[in-house]
Amino acid sequence: MRWDVVIGLEVHLQLATASKIFSGASTHFGAAPNTQACAVDLAMPGMLPVLNEQAVRYAVMFGLGIGAEIGMRSVFDRKNYFYPDSPKGYQISQFQEPVVGRGSFEITLEDGTVRHIGITRAHLEEDAGKSLHEDFHGQTGIDLNRAGTPLLEIVTDPDLRSAEEAVAYLKTLHSLVTYLGISDGNMAEGSMRCDVNLSLRPAGSQELGTRTEIKNVNSFRFVEKAIHHEIERQADILENGGRVIQETRLYDADRDETRAMRSKEVANDYRYFPEPDLLPVIIDEAFVDSIRATLPELPRERRQRFVDIYGLSHYDATVLSANRALADYYEAVVSDCGDPKIAANWVQGELLGQLNRSELALADSPVSAPALAGLIRRILDNSISGKIAKQVFEAMWAGEGDADRIIEARGLQQVSDSGALETMVDEVISANPEQLAQYLAADEAKRKKLLGFFVGQVMKVSKGQANPQMVNELLARKLS
Amino acid sequence: MHTQTVAELARQLREKQFSSVELTRSYLDRIQALDGVLNSFVTIDESGALAAAAAADARLAKGDTAPLLGIPLAHKDIFCTRGLRSSCGSRMLDNFVPPYDATVVARLRTAGTVMLGKTNMDEFAMGSSNETSFYGPSQNPWDTSRVPGGSSGGSAAAVAAMLAPMATGTDTGGSIRQPAAFCGITGLKPTYGRVSRLGMVAFASSLDQAGPMARNAEDCALLLNAIAGVDPLDSTSAEEPVPDFTATLERPLAGLRIGLPREYFGSGLDDATGTRIHAALALLEQQGATLVDVSLPHTGLSIPTYYIIAPAEASTNLSRFDGVRYGYRCENPADLHDLYTRSREEGFGDEVKRRILVGTYALSAGYYDAYYKKAQQVRRLIRQDFVDCFREVDIIAGPTTPGPAFALGAKTSDPLSMYLEDVYTLAVNLAGLPGMSVPAGFSNGLPVGLQLIGGHFDEARLLNVAHQLQQASDWHLQQPDIKRPK
Repeated sequence: MRWDVVIGLEVHLQLATASKIFSGASTHFGAAPNTQACAVDLAMPGMLPVLNEQAVRYAVMFGLGIGAEIGMRSVFDRKNYFYPDSPKGYQISQFQEPVVGRGSFEITLEDGTVRHIGITRAHLEEDAGKSLHEDFHGQTGIDLNRAGTPLLEIVTDPDLRSAEEAVAYLKTLHSLVTYLGISDGNMAEGSMRCDVNLSLRPAGSQELGTRTEIKNVNSFRFVEKAIHHEIERQADILENGGRVIQETRLYDADRDETRAMRSKEVANDYRYFPEPDLLPVIIDEAFVDSIRATLPELPRERRQRFVDIYGLSHYDATVLSANRALADYYEAVVSDCGDPKIAANWVQGELLGQLNRSELALADSPVSAPALAGLIRRILDNSISGKIAKQVFEAMWAGEGDADRIIEARGLQQVSDSGALETMVDEVISANPEQLAQYLAADEAKRKKLLGFFVGQVMKVSKGQANPQMVNELLARKLS
Repeated sequence: MHTQTVAELARQLREKQFSSVELTRSYLDRIQALDGVLNSFVTIDESGALAAAAAADARLAKGDTAPLLGIPLAHKDIFCTRGLRSSCGSRMLDNFVPPYDATVVARLRTAGTVMLGKTNMDEFAMGSSNETSFYGPSQNPWDTSRVPGGSSGGSAAAVAAMLAPMATGTDTGGSIRQPAAFCGITGLKPTYGRVSRLGMVAFASSLDQAGPMARNAEDCALLLNAIAGVDPLDSTSAEEPVPDFTATLERPLAGLRIGLPREYFGSGLDDATGTRIHAALALLEQQGATLVDVSLPHTGLSIPTYYIIAPAEASTNLSRFDGVRYGYRCENPADLHDLYTRSREEGFGDEVKRRILVGTYALSAGYYDAYYKKAQQVRRLIRQDFVDCFREVDIIAGPTTPGPAFALGAKTSDPLSMYLEDVYTLAVNLAGLPGMSVPAGFSNGLPVGLQLIGGHFDEARLLNVAHQLQQASDWHLQQPDIKRPK
């Protein structure tokens, strides 16, 4: 039987504020346990939350970035549950009146298909702390450094139809939020965590099947794997005449499987009610306008500009604009070397290739944008060929200095001295009398092919440093 | 010294008739002598008090004239005090020493007051008699077989017995006004948002408000001056200008319109108490005020409304007391569930548990609309009653309580009759208005309180009316005869 897959995603995005959403404690990642938890974060008696305005600004930026309705009045609620890493015994969240309402999101799949994904809402809430079950000899340690870190929970409509679409959505979302600068987007540190709601229905059916929710999947790859696994699991159940149970499941990356959480953990009545310690958040048009005025260029706009101004293909423009840092790098190379197409080839080819092979982030690249531009300038002014340039790039990557220094030190300068080239051409012609005879006997069409042999021989003799255009001209003259 | 008012003590301190250390010593001696009977303090901070008094004396010596400089006071144990146990009347916080001061406490430290100690209270401020305290009930100085009222009963008893010239209290449904009435002192619950709630252990966040308790209106004005005003760390505190509350005390009452709500003088009111209230109102009339018959039609709904909203908020406010980070933790918990259930089972008293249960129920899925949401709708009606009333009158007056202080133990087995004690005070909290209790004579030797209710942020008017009443009467000057322990 064929099944249609229906997926909705909830992404918990950590906002890049310096301090927490309701306290002045730092949100910096990686500090010693409980050193970044103040009396408010520890839920000491009598402590009260004070809303961090920057978190609201970031949420509004996101809303504007996806063209969503902005909640001019939003309300915080208490979501009540007991857990040791939730120190108040409730989480402050937004339930009925979120800060960002309905919006939509455009994603482009690898085959170029464009899909529109509905955004149901996005709301502000506080993160929980962490329970540490290892290293405590049967006891549990609590680290409240993360407690109170601002989160924007972004909820999609059930519009996604495959793991590929889900990943494309997440990548596009990641691109948007890092462009906006509202999150560092650091998946490894949990800055973007995803819950997957998934159900199957017979192909073509309009009715939704029973869904499961897979909690806390923390990388693009795990999302993909968890979805594949869950599709298979549900299809197995349905094809064997069973029924999918609505439940919350956990993805175990080590075993590549999802498994049900204990029903006790999910059968919660959260007893939401408006948080009486905070006033409703009222924002006005002037506030929204002031944020709109500071919005940076968004990925879609930048991609279009790359096509329009630099003449890049849609594909190249998409790759180069997806990540703000990469796009900035690319544009720095272009402005320095003046050739957008060669720059695009080098950034996508050599640079990204080396970064992938070395598992480095762009920020850690040993070759800076000005350095790469310096190399490209040497190609453009015929100092070196493209082939030699790749050698030079390897050396730059290895830390041997800038392009000019390496070209100089290794003597890679292209030979454009006509006297020297003429000597090489004469040597090659006299060393290959057989081919010369063939050439002279051949007709016009065949001669072209045979000329290539002589060019190749000259390049070999010059160790690739001969100016190919000049070699062609010289040979054509000598052999005519 | 102890019979003097705050205003008089402050003047004499400035005139060097005695030092703050001498004054503080005399109050500590009185506490030592009398509090064995009254149990109005749960913590006495002798060394801290004497150090603060010495510091105040140093400031006085330099000619500092801060109005409350060197004046001793007591804080209700609901306020967090840095380095001094803040128990909130509960076993749950019996071992809790906060590393911070409540804003109210911090402002009064800055003002140069001298904290004598922390006063007894109903556990987590849940009660009208002080009998739910983990430390046993405080007693009424006018008759030690009777309750001082609650929840700020320890503060009321301490001020009435002159163990402190003034004290802080908090009022969620009458917890300043009712004990003030029972103990014959003056107490003011300010407008919601007038005083910061930071560092006050939360009972019901949308109703809680701190306020002054003293022997007369002028002293309440002095104390309110020191604690009122917006606090950036309490989002619900109001950015409302704070007047000098002592500046308008002498304003004549001519032309003042006082509304008497029919519903406050109905069948539930004890006859003798009603007589005392009318006599006090007659004094105000003599000073030129006009008494106007008004109606607050939704008064009867304030008890059910309050007993949904307050427990609902309390049920989640008290979730943080889980035995994990501070406070009471049960012995040898078997697992997390056991840690939660036994710590809370053993750490909370019955009344607190009752309200957590009621509140949890009211917020539960399927009941939320019928209870919490409905109660919030009725709350708006109750508030509207007052808004309508204040179109016709300047203040509203009536009894603070249906009758005088009742006997210890009389209502402990009947929570509903205990809740009815608050029938005249609850609506004021639900509407967020300022309310005051002022001594209005005695019924069978027990004090009766006149309640004054004002428009939002109109505390100055209440204090003015109370002060004028006290210029024309001597009920607030009466002193109880406390039997010393053998």
